[in-house]
Amino acid sequence: MTVNELAAMPGFKTVALPDGEREINNVYIGDLLSWVMGRAKADGAWITIMSNINIVAVASLADVACIILAEGVTLDSTVTETANAKGVNILTSDLPAYETAMLLKI
Amino acid sequence: MNQMAEPLVFRFEVDGDNFTSAGQASVQVKKNLRQLGVDPETIRRVSIAMYEGEINMVIHAKGGTADVIVSDESIEIILADKGPGIANIEQAMQEGFSTAPDNVRSLGFGAGMGLPNMKRYTDEMQIDSVVGEGTTITMKVNL
Repeated sequence: MTVNELAAMPGFKTVALPDGEREINNVYIGDLLSWVMGRAKADGAWITIMSNINIVAVASLADVACIILAEGVTLDSTVTETANAKGVNILTSDLPAYETAMLLKI
Repeated sequence: MNQMAEPLVFRFEVDGDNFTSAGQASVQVKKNLRQLGVDPETIRRVSIAMYEGEINMVIHAKGGTADVIVSDESIEIILADKGPGIANIEQAMQEGFSTAPDNVRSLGFGAGMGLPNMKRYTDEMQIDSVVGEGTTITMKVNL
């Protein structure tokens, strides 16, 4: 599934989608950024409730396909602008992390 | 990767006051390595190891310098700061051990995974640290 296809599914809203054709191959859930960098695989969907600016750098460096903000977490516009500039896809979901992951079924 | 005549050296100053810009050097290195044709998994390893080092320098040492040396055989990252130094390196290398303050933890850092991640993603890592003088970390990823 691509990030564009995920963004079109019910339950997901698009925040930033600069690289929507990226394929999603796995899912990782976590909020501790170093833990995410140590454990998340490339090309995954990363589900988190962390919303500070550093998530964009973490997603970029860990090379995940997209960030999904769970629980209806919202972002400052500066984070969205940075994500667009750095080519990092961000979606949101109103559901908790586990239910959000279940929608992906990868 | 394309063969190169002599090693390429990139040098960065890491701003010690700014969590918002932390990672700029790593993101730039990622771009440079991509242009050089380095494979994506190697880029991922180098840039994560370097980002963890950058974050450590921001948290503990008020910044420092980061040198990245790219040769045909390896990518070497040298992070040098004039921070407080590491009193017990063995302890600092344990997953989960952290001396980061609460404000850093609230951002999602300071989980005690920085140094272990740097070791995990590199082929060689050496820590030279003197309490009260600073720390130099040298990491190497073989190509």
